Amino acid sequence: MEPFDLILIWAGIIAFGVIMYVLMDGFDLGVGILFPFAPTEEARDVMMNSVAPVWDGNETWLILGGAGLLAAFPLVYSIILPALYIGVFLMLAGLIFRGVAFEFRFKANRSRYLWNWAFAGGSSLAAFAQGVVVGSYIQGYETAGRVFTGGPFDWLTPFTVLTGVGLMIGYALLGSTWLIMKSEGYIQQWAYRITPFLLMAVLVIFGIISIWTPFVDEFVRERWLSHFHIIGLLPTLAVFCAWKLMSSVRKRQEGVPFVATMGLFIFTYLGLLVSKWPYVVPPNYTLYDAASAYESQLFLLVGLIFVIPIVLTYTAWSYWIFRGKVRAGEGYH
Amino acid sequence: MELDPVLLSRIQFAFVVSFHAIFPVFTIGLASFIAFLEGMALKTDNPIYERLSKFWIQVFAVVFGMGVVSGIVMSFQFGTNWSNFAQATANFMGPMLSYEVLTAFFLEAAFLGVLLFGRGKVPRGIFFFAACMVAFGTFISSFWILSANSWMHTPAGVEMRDGMFHVVAWSEAIFNASFPWRFLHMVVASFLTGALVVAAVSAWFLLKGRELEANRKALSLCLWMLLVLAPAQAVIGDFHGLNTLEHQPVKVAAMEGNWERSEGVPLLLFAWPDQANQTNHFELGIPKLASFILTHDWNGEVPGINETAVEEQPPVAIIFWAFRIMVALGLLMIAVAIVGLVLRKGGRYWQAPWFLRSLTVMGISPFIAVLAGWFVTEVGRSPWLVFGEMTYAQGITPSLTGGMALFTLIGYVVVYALVFSAGIYYLTRVFNGGLEAEAAPHDLETGERPKRPLSASHARLEDDDQPHPAGEVPHGTL
Ligand code: HDD
Ligand code: HEM
Ligand code: HEM
Repeated sequence: MEPFDLILIWAGIIAFGVIMYVLMDGFDLGVGILFPFAPTEEARDVMMNSVAPVWDGNETWLILGGAGLLAAFPLVYSIILPALYIGVFLMLAGLIFRGVAFEFRFKANRSRYLWNWAFAGGSSLAAFAQGVVVGSYIQGYETAGRVFTGGPFDWLTPFTVLTGVGLMIGYALLGSTWLIMKSEGYIQQWAYRITPFLLMAVLVIFGIISIWTPFVDEFVRERWLSHFHIIGLLPTLAVFCAWKLMSSVRKRQEGVPFVATMGLFIFTYLGLLVSKWPYVVPPNYTLYDAASAYESQLFLLVGLIFVIPIVLTYTAWSYWIFRGKVRAGEGYH
Repeated sequence: MELDPVLLSRIQFAFVVSFHAIFPVFTIGLASFIAFLEGMALKTDNPIYERLSKFWIQVFAVVFGMGVVSGIVMSFQFGTNWSNFAQATANFMGPMLSYEVLTAFFLEAAFLGVLLFGRGKVPRGIFFFAACMVAFGTFISSFWILSANSWMHTPAGVEMRDGMFHVVAWSEAIFNASFPWRFLHMVVASFLTGALVVAAVSAWFLLKGRELEANRKALSLCLWMLLVLAPAQAVIGDFHGLNTLEHQPVKVAAMEGNWERSEGVPLLLFAWPDQANQTNHFELGIPKLASFILTHDWNGEVPGINETAVEEQPPVAIIFWAFRIMVALGLLMIAVAIVGLVLRKGGRYWQAPWFLRSLTVMGISPFIAVLAGWFVTEVGRSPWLVFGEMTYAQGITPSLTGGMALFTLIGYVVVYALVFSAGIYYLTRVFNGGLEAEAAPHDLETGERPKRPLSASHARLEDDDQPHPAGEVPHGTL
């Protein structure tokens, strides 16, 4: 009947889509979070121009995540969105304001400061809300009979607030290392200066979250204690990335800091995945409970195999066109 | 009073999707127009095409931006407010929406960056290619989303098992009965929107006596488009209606305001539908015409609304009036196209101020017609979410309370009101800057209008032997 396990393949695809989103939209949200702290208005122009041609594509990974979940694991989509109802609204409101700020800020003059705030506020709100999603996922959801049965504010706890702030600062770190790569002169120097502070803050918060998690979630505690030799590897790799980041900033390297930060995110993310595996709607439903019909997964997979390489190719191509440093005064369209 | 989450969610969905829909209908048409301009620029080397294209790309950027952010909201609506519907239809809707993202959104997003920022960074041929890809992406996007929507009206190719639809025949599900007409009708609506907006703005520039040559060219092009598309849309709409008659007879009965199945039904021009008493007041109609349109026989039989139980009837008045608004505007568009053709003689189409003024007003007509059309379609489906299979009440999110739904509804209204006003404001600035601003792109950034003396920018154009209509009006008197 079913020649191979599509569910596993789909889990891999969705996991890939999510990390693509986190890394790619992460740096442009991060640029927005850093916006209020920029040294000059000219620096803000450069910051915004460095992400303007690519942000729409980056955000498309979020939509793919949403639509892909609906297609492959509808139960996740139809439980987590109701559970985070208000939080999802806040995230979307944030994304709306920052999205239009790209277009409006360059056309505004007196009202420009408003769009600076819309961009910064929207980016921060969206990042915070996404961090809350991670926290609520670690906490788990109240469900019965395949629907969410909890209250409207179950997602808002001290723990999720911490994960929210954590992701905000994490994105800011991606943003600052992106700027190191894309800018020059005093803007780059500023980015070099703030990066170590952001890294410290990230490490402290990730540390607290890691200590707190086993108390929030018994399942994770068991898993960590029983498989420590494997799971211990991922934090080690993450710490190595942090060290690499630090040393590359000290040596004033330009590309390595961004790559090292991505590494930090990837290993932390993998750590989260293996801690929860195979639960996708903790604590009650696994991948296998949440999957859609075999034919539907297959129908989409066939297209995906052809399309994803093409998508990756022209995405890479558009990054290639806008490669190199962004300079002050370079025109918007 | 108890807040009803179902009603509030319906209002919310109608609000966010209506808001979203007005941007794509414009950008689908405009993207093709820009691709056309770039193609002509490449082929003829006439600088006018590039200037027009540069100007319209700025407009495109603002409108597309608003289309994208409101679209992101759409992709989460199914999960937040209609989670039971999402779960039940995921086997079909999931792949449709995912294919839309994969085949359309990524394409648009990647090439949009090039279209907005890549002029001069890539060879001209590649730039043209990017413009084509963005335009192509908008069609692919409408294909998938309209297929998904049409399936909810005329579900096919599925089987219900354990509370979930399972797809048994993909091609039947995708190319379901109402899809071809809806797709065609929508694409033509988008082209009409693009043509009418470009015509309106060009007419406005012509009235101000600005950039006559380029705007005249744009206007002429749009009027030709209108002449072909407006009548075509009426024909397509007719077939669309005949198809609906077959699959959703109640909806058609409501459009016609016909309560009882009968023969020789008049086409009502005016009526006040009264659902409580299942009748109309103040009827005014053309005898037998509705029968003729729907059955191509003067005495043909038309179904009645009261064949459906009262609780299962859609709200008739909304459908009845929305339908009339759309068709009236469609006929008006045909009239404008014909007047434009007549005025071509002697070049009056770009000089008669009254005609130019009516064109400026016509700029909003396609948006109203599109929304009216969607209201007919969607309100006519109630109380069904998936026609004949699943009602609103069955599709709602179980944990959703009226309070939560009201909170987000108010939230979206506030956020969209802010964004929309700002968007309109910046669009008027782009329009004020006009094609002239392109010569000095930084003027817009610093918020100053082009400082070049008017006479300088117009001197060349005054060579036109025809006088232009409204005389020299200084910039920015809007
Ligand atoms: C893919 C699906 C899809 C698409 C493309 C559209 N709709 Fe829709 N519409 C729905 C899916 C849907 C729905 C999910 O089925 C809703 C939401 C909840 C409901 O009441 O039905 C609905 C309801 C709904 C209602 C409320 C109907 C009622 O309460 O009786 C209106 C007025 C519209 N829509 C209007 C539109 C407009 C202006 C669209 C223009 C693009 C549109 N819809 C596209
Ligand atoms: C429930 C209905 C809908 C959903 C879930 C939806 C979803 C979306 C999303 C997520 C985007 C942003 C994509 C990006 O980032 O590039 C978008 C944009 C777009 N949508 Fe929709 N959409 C819906 C209805 C429609 C309809 C009815 C049409 C037209 C036929 C349409 C056509 C487009 C187009 C052409 C774009 C590109 C952006 C633009 O031109 O403004 N969508 N949509
Ligand atoms: C003048 C003659 C026209 C006729 C006879 C006509 C007919 C129809 C009919 C019968 C429907 C409902 C389809 C359903 O049952 O679901 C419809 C829907 C619609 N109409 Fe029209 N129409 C006309 C003009 C226009 C114009 C000028 C526009 C816009 C520029 C337009 C835009 C739409 C849209 C967007 C919809 C909803 C989507 C759909 O179902 O296709 N129509 N039209």
